[in-house]
Amino acid sequence: MTGLGSLVRLALRRDRLLLAAWIIGLVGITLSTASTLEELYGSVDSRQQLAATAGSNPAFLAMLGPLHDASTVGGVLAWRWGVFGSLLIGLMSMFLVTRHTRAEEETGRLELIGSAVVSRHAPLAAAVVVALLASTAIGLLIAFGLLGVGQSAAGSFAFGLAFASVGWVFTGVGAVSAQLSESARTANSISGGVLGAAYLLRAVGDGAGDQGPTWLTWLSPLGWLEQTRAFAGDRYWVLLLPLALFAVLLVAASALVAKRDIGGGLLPTRLGPARAPASLGSAFGLAWRLQRGMLIGWTVSLFGLGAVYGSIARGVEQMLEANPALEKILSQMGGAGAIVDVYLASIIGIIALFSAIYVVQATLRLRGEETEFRAEAVLATPVSRYAWVGSHLVFATAGTAVVLAAAGAGAGLVHGARVGDVGGQVVRLVGAALTHVPAVWVVAGIALALFAVVPKLASAGWAVIVVFLVLGQLGPLLQLDQWAMDLSPFTHIPKVPGADVTAGPLLWLTVVALGLVAVGFAAFRRRDVG
Amino acid sequence: MTAAISVSALVKTFGPTRALDGLDLTVHEGEVHGFLGPNGSGKSTTIRVLLGLLRADAGSASLLGGDPWRDTAELHRRLAYVPGDVSLWPNLTGGEVIDLLSRLRGGLNEKRRADLLERFELDPRKKGRTYSKGNRQKVALVAALASDVELLILDEPTSGLDPLMEAVFQEAVNELRGRRTVLLSSHILAEVEALCDRVSIIRNGRTVETGTLADLRHLTRTSVSAELVGAPNGLAGLSGVHDLEVDGTRVKFEVDTDHLDTALRALVGSGVRTLTSQPPTLEELFLRHYEDEAPAGGVEEAVSS
Repeated sequence: MTGLGSLVRLALRRDRLLLAAWIIGLVGITLSTASTLEELYGSVDSRQQLAATAGSNPAFLAMLGPLHDASTVGGVLAWRWGVFGSLLIGLMSMFLVTRHTRAEEETGRLELIGSAVVSRHAPLAAAVVVALLASTAIGLLIAFGLLGVGQSAAGSFAFGLAFASVGWVFTGVGAVSAQLSESARTANSISGGVLGAAYLLRAVGDGAGDQGPTWLTWLSPLGWLEQTRAFAGDRYWVLLLPLALFAVLLVAASALVAKRDIGGGLLPTRLGPARAPASLGSAFGLAWRLQRGMLIGWTVSLFGLGAVYGSIARGVEQMLEANPALEKILSQMGGAGAIVDVYLASIIGIIALFSAIYVVQATLRLRGEETEFRAEAVLATPVSRYAWVGSHLVFATAGTAVVLAAAGAGAGLVHGARVGDVGGQVVRLVGAALTHVPAVWVVAGIALALFAVVPKLASAGWAVIVVFLVLGQLGPLLQLDQWAMDLSPFTHIPKVPGADVTAGPLLWLTVVALGLVAVGFAAFRRRDVG
Repeated sequence: MTAAISVSALVKTFGPTRALDGLDLTVHEGEVHGFLGPNGSGKSTTIRVLLGLLRADAGSASLLGGDPWRDTAELHRRLAYVPGDVSLWPNLTGGEVIDLLSRLRGGLNEKRRADLLERFELDPRKKGRTYSKGNRQKVALVAALASDVELLILDEPTSGLDPLMEAVFQEAVNELRGRRTVLLSSHILAEVEALCDRVSIIRNGRTVETGTLADLRHLTRTSVSAELVGAPNGLAGLSGVHDLEVDGTRVKFEVDTDHLDTALRALVGSGVRTLTSQPPTLEELFLRHYEDEAPAGGVEEAVSS
């Protein structure tokens, strides 16, 4: 394929820092988790105990899947980090593909390349090669790393390759969605939706243990990772599924490339209105127009996520009733009702982290508008800088409450319908979800302050979420120092429903968020735009 | 005459690059002022300082009697801006963007909006991402020209327009002449010659010339070619005569405009059969100001635009 080599080199050159960050980050988190597990759960006994408690905790089942075999540290790692880690490698792959295909096309740079001696399929092929290289490198480095700390070769490679296989699949997904839409943003949204659906399918499949519809996990690339059973049987043949799906997606994507024009998409663009509606006449009206699609999408998705998790809550109770021995232990911890609350509190905690993705996306829209020179057009009108920032920040902050309330409502409706108390559960779970709002606002404040103070590093807002995710999800397991976990605002939110809510932490988190926002406004007023 | 824009000794640096290096600019109320300079000379940077998007490091800038950095919102009520590279929201139609921008500025003239759309042959129903560069430019131009404001700041507004549309643009600016102050940055000399009352030429972030076109013509050369009765006499020794070519009785030379008279006397002394002279164009003025910079090179960085 003409030009493939140079395009791959160009992409590697452009992304050398980005790729290094992804590879070092993912491999580093995985291996340091492994070595900490080795320290903390060095003996088989301690691991079996972990399996008996955490491994059968329904909240963990829905979030992480089952712990198949705790006899090795690798088995515990595969359970604790496999699904979460593979979400990240999936994100990496789809972002990489979009970045080198649709985003290049949208900015017109691909036209420059397309006019040179490169074949029609070369840009897509180069993006796919880069994403494949990255995910395979991550998988292999993880495998060798695990081998290096004394895990079995069969298990290490099964885990590493299964990890990489999620990257392969989402390379394919990214390749197809880049062809469908004319904007990189939409392409990423489509891929992100597929990733979310893959996670949900396996969550429902795993959520109620063996009582639930476990076959659903076979429909999800993330489920395949679990089914590979690294360190618990090492079923290498399962890896044929992601390989096959990748091949199908690649064929589909290249067929689509051959069909369409450069710059065009498959989803047609229609003519729009010749006049602006009355609502589009202020900075706020413009922000609403730019933000509403994202807000509606997130509201619907988190409502669905809440409903799916809520639907598992009843199964959790049944699972406990089916296991008298477990129930006895649990009743000492507060009874089955309390355990369902613990489950609901952890899933709401996870949903709050998801809503942090929304808030960073909504806040960093400011940076996108700036780098694409559209902020300039607005700021050259009487719209003040404060008003412009504020118009987007309103959606980030109020939108947080909306998406979280939707998630709580989804969980409350479905769970309430199953236990026969819709009204009560909706109020309770919406309240529980809204308790997390101040922590998410802190994330918004960090993103805004980054945008205002160090605009070129604004996208570090994303890294902040990953840090909080790792602190919150891995912190307790790795027995990190309390001060480290305290760095995450989510640590300070009471575990509701179940725990008592005190106003203290919510108030001071809000104050911290307000402080960061004030820094953001002040710094943006003082700096150059563009 | 009061000044709509008055800039003096403006300095703006981006890291090691000195984008503006003591720039001066005065635009009188009601005039169409050409702002000429090659790519990267600091035109867009100056405009962004005037719009309060960038903060100057030194020097002073005043816009419509206010401080562009401090009084941003109030000043922006009275001006409209067309950026050099118009970027539209991909999912808003051209018509929506025109309405949005002019409503943000405080309203537009409906009749002129419709009229300009027709003259620019712009379909307002298309989505931003489907417009070509020229059409994106037209969207911003219609929004600016249809607004009832005192000052138009146009940064290379016709880049991407075809010659027909360029003519429409010139016509539209001429219609507003006297009722608007216009700062027109450009590197298209014909456009500046056709439209501007006064011109400022900048290079490397510094103003090198400013004045009316007539003023600047004094700095330029007229090219003369003639067929004489006898051999030319004394031309070679005249000050102000350049690039003299003699071929028997035919001569060709360039002469500084203030020495035109003496040069013509010298020609007449030899008897003139035919004479053609070309008036100086801004093109030459422009080239003369930049020709000495070409070998130096390296100084220019694409800091603005």
